[in-house]
Amino acid sequence: MSLKKRRFKYLGESLIEGNIKITATFAIVVVFLIFIFIMRESLPIFFNGEVRQEITFGKLFKGTAWQPVSDNPRFSLWPIILGSLKVTLIALFFAVPVAIGAALYSSEFAGRRLKEFIKPAVELLAGIPSVVLGFFALMVMASFLKNIFGWEIRLNAVNAGIALGFAVIPSIYSLAEDAINAVPRSFREAALGLGASPWQTAVKVVLPAALPGVSAAVLFGMGRAVGETMVVLMAAGNAPLFSFNPLNSTRTMTATIAAELGEVVFGSGHYHALFFIGLVLFLVTFVINMTSWALFDGLMSKLYGSKK
Amino acid sequence: MQTGTDRLEIKGFNLYYHRTKALEDISMTIPEKRVTAIIGPSGCGKSTLLRSINRMNEMIDGVKVEGQILLDGEDIYQKDIDVVELRRKVGMVFQRPNPFPKSIFENVAFGVRMGDNVPAKEKLEEVVERSLKEAAIWDEVKDRLHRSAMELSGGQQQRVCIARALAVEPEVILMDEPASALDPIATAKIEELIFRLKEKYTIVIVTHNMQQAARVSGFTAFLMLGKLVEFGPTEKMMTNPASKLTEEYITGRFG
Repeated sequence: MSLKKRRFKYLGESLIEGNIKITATFAIVVVFLIFIFIMRESLPIFFNGEVRQEITFGKLFKGTAWQPVSDNPRFSLWPIILGSLKVTLIALFFAVPVAIGAALYSSEFAGRRLKEFIKPAVELLAGIPSVVLGFFALMVMASFLKNIFGWEIRLNAVNAGIALGFAVIPSIYSLAEDAINAVPRSFREAALGLGASPWQTAVKVVLPAALPGVSAAVLFGMGRAVGETMVVLMAAGNAPLFSFNPLNSTRTMTATIAAELGEVVFGSGHYHALFFIGLVLFLVTFVINMTSWALFDGLMSKLYGSKK
Repeated sequence: MQTGTDRLEIKGFNLYYHRTKALEDISMTIPEKRVTAIIGPSGCGKSTLLRSINRMNEMIDGVKVEGQILLDGEDIYQKDIDVVELRRKVGMVFQRPNPFPKSIFENVAFGVRMGDNVPAKEKLEEVVERSLKEAAIWDEVKDRLHRSAMELSGGQQQRVCIARALAVEPEVILMDEPASALDPIATAKIEELIFRLKEKYTIVIVTHNMQQAARVSGFTAFLMLGKLVEFGPTEKMMTNPASKLTEEYITGRFG
């Protein structure tokens, strides 16, 4: 028998391979095109003379007021950048301990049955549409928190942050749990064999060993929080105030785009400013993702040695 | 041969995985400050028996035990035994080197840090140095104590793991095929080390390597299908075993 290839033997395989290649390329191309589109719509701020009479790059970072539709429109991004930052940090402050605690509990301490309950239950939380979470935060949680803590303003950054926390808990939990589960059993055995208690084993050995994955999970959650729109649109009070007080109403970059893009005059300075916000968001998430990778690699080589 | 005082005693010990009986009616006395080897064909329960001595089997679902294992006359399977304390007295070295992803120093200091009284820094440094010297690895790592232990070679990692076990000053050290993942040179180093450690510690070692058992151990237990076939001085087991099964196994007719 000859070793020569039969003519159509691998036809099926090469068809499938080609298909996968096309799909993958398509996904990348779409993301790239979106980026190009946002660039194109925000660049007039730099280059188009007509637009520049209304708005320039400098104006976006001058002052502290975002008042795009007043007689004397002002386009400072600071209040909404600050708003995004505030709400994101509050969300992480609330979500990170809960998610990592739950992940550690379900992989290290919970019995098999309980574990089989916790994981789907938390992941079910991910299935709640963000508009429902926002609605809950707006109608129920805000009044509840206001009554308990005696807040003056019902809808504020803390309220939105907590609601946003609920939205990102499942993502952080899920990734952190995977990272913790991936810690080899031999580490746990070694620690227990040395007379560490289960709690010490979990906190001093398993969690540090999973740190690269867990911190990547946190940053992933941060990316989600920065980009989440509906919850903050509904629960934060939507006033673009330049205030560091978390109990004031606030507005995020995402909510600004969502709230204003529908009614903006096409091609106006305001229109291009909104796209510029989109560009900033794009860059912020990009930087967060990059940091997450760098952190993961850095921690990996610190913990596991640079040999591998 | 004198067996010294007997501080570790296994009495009528049975172990089940769910319904399967993995160990059946094991009774033996492990002599103090000697090396006792447990040999037997794969799946005979030798690792299971070893792990029963510091209750590491409890991590596995569906394990049930009967009978007693006495350490200094105290049954370690009584209800009110503090397993954490037990494991500080009965240390363990595993088949594959498993240093933590921490520095060499932190690996060795780990057990001590997990204890009730964490010593001051200088004392801790002393303990680490002493343990690494005892494990015959000090000279190789003394200049890189704060580098990750994962960067070491397999044989070095295993000696760091031994140092880590020694640091908590156990009475008994259990070794589960400690050299089976290592090359011959690293193996020789570990064997030398075991030979010296028996001056201070009671050592129980599981091995599938007959020559290794002959080289390092004073006593040998031969297990088959979960039963203890024969237990006695290694020399006698190797040259003139009482049981036909033992003879067949050590001469390599099966296993």
